[in-house]
Amino acid sequence: MWTGLVFLGVIIGSIAFHIWTPWWWTDIASNWSKMDDTIILSFWIGGGVFILVALFMVYCIFRYNYKEGRKVEYKPEDKKLEFHLTWLTTLGVVALLAPGLLVWNDYIKVPDNAQHVEVMAWQWGWKYRLPGEDGKLGTSSNKIISDSNPFGINLDDPNGKDDIIIDSNELHVAKDRPVKILLRSIDVLHNYYVPQFRAKMDAVPGIVSFYWFEPNKNGEYEVLCAEYCGVGHYAMRGIVIVEDEENYNKWLAKHETFSSFVAKQKNDNIKNNQLAKINNLLNDK
Amino acid sequence: MSDDLNIKKSSKIKTKSSSVSGGGTDIDYVRPAELPEQDLYHGHSFITKWIFCQDAKVIGIQYTLTAVFTGVVGLILSWMMRMQLGFPELFPFLTAESYYQFVTMHGMIMVVYLLTALFLGGFGNYLIPLMVGARDMVFPYVNMLSYWMFFVAVVVLMASFFVPGGPTGSGWTLYPPQAILEGTPGSEYGILLMLISLSLFVIGFTMGGLNYVITILQARTRGMTLMRMPLTIWGIFTATVLALLAFPALLVSSIMMTLDKVLGTSFFMPTIIKAGELLSYDGGSPILFQHLFWFFGHPEVYIVALPAFGIVSDLISVHSRKNIFGYRMMVWAIVIIGALSFFVWAHHMYVSGMTPWFGFFFATTTLIIAVPTALKVYNWILTLWRGNIRLNTVMLFCLGFILTFVNGGITGIFLGNVVVDVPLSDTYFVIAHFHMVMGIAPLMVIFGAIYHWYPLITGRFLDEKLGKWHFWTTFLGAYSIYFPMHYLGFIGVPRRYFEMYDSPYVTSAVGMNEFISVAAFIVGAAQFIFFFNVVRSLRLGKRAEKNPWKANSLEWLTPSMPPEHGNFGKELPVVHRWAYDYNVPGAKKDYITQTTPPSEVLGAEVEKT
Repeated sequence: MWTGLVFLGVIIGSIAFHIWTPWWWTDIASNWSKMDDTIILSFWIGGGVFILVALFMVYCIFRYNYKEGRKVEYKPEDKKLEFHLTWLTTLGVVALLAPGLLVWNDYIKVPDNAQHVEVMAWQWGWKYRLPGEDGKLGTSSNKIISDSNPFGINLDDPNGKDDIIIDSNELHVAKDRPVKILLRSIDVLHNYYVPQFRAKMDAVPGIVSFYWFEPNKNGEYEVLCAEYCGVGHYAMRGIVIVEDEENYNKWLAKHETFSSFVAKQKNDNIKNNQLAKINNLLNDK
Repeated sequence: MSDDLNIKKSSKIKTKSSSVSGGGTDIDYVRPAELPEQDLYHGHSFITKWIFCQDAKVIGIQYTLTAVFTGVVGLILSWMMRMQLGFPELFPFLTAESYYQFVTMHGMIMVVYLLTALFLGGFGNYLIPLMVGARDMVFPYVNMLSYWMFFVAVVVLMASFFVPGGPTGSGWTLYPPQAILEGTPGSEYGILLMLISLSLFVIGFTMGGLNYVITILQARTRGMTLMRMPLTIWGIFTATVLALLAFPALLVSSIMMTLDKVLGTSFFMPTIIKAGELLSYDGGSPILFQHLFWFFGHPEVYIVALPAFGIVSDLISVHSRKNIFGYRMMVWAIVIIGALSFFVWAHHMYVSGMTPWFGFFFATTTLIIAVPTALKVYNWILTLWRGNIRLNTVMLFCLGFILTFVNGGITGIFLGNVVVDVPLSDTYFVIAHFHMVMGIAPLMVIFGAIYHWYPLITGRFLDEKLGKWHFWTTFLGAYSIYFPMHYLGFIGVPRRYFEMYDSPYVTSAVGMNEFISVAAFIVGAAQFIFFFNVVRSLRLGKRAEKNPWKANSLEWLTPSMPPEHGNFGKELPVVHRWAYDYNVPGAKKDYITQTTPPSEVLGAEVEKT
């Protein structure tokens, strides 16, 4: 008797927990509310199946508890019942899969007007590169990364000269404008994940992966690394700030282009060389 | 179901049977054996009887004990992890390094060294020869080597706790490049020992696996057609075929990564810059490893699940005193799930950076698998329906299995549906899902199976009262660990985080983390009730008469219980029917064993198998 009751309690408890849980997803701040919708749909269909199966099981526990001499059905197969269960299940699966694939189709088709942002992952932090006025990122390679070329930008590619480099964990994006995140890594796997945007993708050394979203709520959001990347994984945070176009442009103007970065480095180098020479002269005397 | 067709209806006896021909009017006729019986090596000394033993039953117990030992290690590691997550900084030795090492070793131990070894090596060895009516495995010596290879693999794995740098902390998926680079704990010696241990495991498993498959195909007794085999055997058989096809992928990826580490090859290693230095690797693909790993890793899920499906079907049938519903569909579902499991692997990689077009294909195949799996669930509960259910510990574990499996299966449909996986992948939702579906659910079956077959192995029952305590703490405790954990995933809490501090939405879950940790300590401790029960019942348990559950399958029909070496005394049993003739109308008893000839149950209206 109480066996069935406890199982019943588990089912009711699960439903109650789901309804009244204080732990639920963060307020969405991007266009991907369709992902949330697909999850809700999965809850209705999947949850419905769970409740039906579990209740039927509990019913059997109450109804067919062992009794000496009870008449038991002997019916090895029931083709009709099995057939109906098969197509019903198939229907449920299609109802989940079809909308899911439609949303996925959106997810992998990036709008043409998307702002490109290169996210460069390293153990353990993030850096960013944005295209300059030409709107194009220069080609790059991890092989030529050095102190004077931290993103490994191809020096022969004119598109790279005006790229804006941001040596910081903090990224700003403009509200209501699609962003295409292009992911690179210089060492191991990482994953650029902001829970409020819902989207994510691994950064893989050697290739450029991507995803896109359209931020639609101003605010400051925390970036979490979502692919295990070594001891510092849990501390690999970043910040994304969503703001209006105006503030975004102000922020953008504060950062230098690749060519000015290179020029400054050259100046620094010349200065250093001169200093060294002077030192040497002084030492000689 | 049996050899004959409704004898009651036809006054004259006609011989109609799937396997009978040429028997004339003998309704009990079963084709004679085609081959002479194999010679068995009988051990004489303690060493040949109990250590380097060729008896599959002893090997099964050796496998079980070794696997359970690793499981206890895995359990203790999970305690440490929960300690850190629920009550951070209470223990100074719990650093980020050691946390990741515990995570990794816990995962690998539980999946490979506990569950795989226990289901196939443990239950497979003990049950296959007994249930198909063979005296032993077909290659007993190779079978013995299989166990000792596994033993060495476990020793190598455990040794990694004691090498400089400790065991690997790369996560159980061992993803390169981090697995073999500085910045991950144990990237010098720990990872090498892990890879070597896995390779040894695969070699050992292959020796055992060939035995299981060939014994089932070639050594069945007279009358035991494939479609009369208990579902336990179907589950173990299909899982073994999967393992023989999937483990090579793990073996080659282990070897390739070992070469990357030791010889500096670049199978999985692209150009990498560490601490400002360009490493000598170039041109390899980290995603290639993931494809190989999951080509093994997804079938691996079914290598664990299919034996569980099979065993639980038999337990439910025996203890509901009713035939398993839709036997043939159950068999085909096992086979179809097994075959499909090779076409879904990349659903673990939706956000890995592989070409996103794969998402369409793998989401579709993954959700197709849900259909045969759901049918199995329906058939389990339909077996309970109009049955006569004994609510003993065995049945309780089966019921617990159904609930946890359905729960975990449905969250699997969430994650398989590619776009739902995007926000949920690499979060606690995934942790909750796979612990429910391939942690708790198979463990429920393992416990049920041990309570069920313990009388066969020892001649005594396990204590029912302790068993019920064990069940309720384990089931309720585990459910309250993993059910709420899904909601951490909705918040967005990523997995493999040593600390959760700061983020406002993460700190809201501190209370839940504490609760989950306390529940985990209790569930872990409850397992010691079980160990106590097993040890105590060896001597003090209630004596079991022969075939105590009134089951039909051959393992209960041996001349002595526990069965001796050679299993069946002088004559091998002859099988006349499937293993599920319970409560057949017209029969005197509520069960008809597989060896009962039709002439002994003339009144029974059995269906033909």
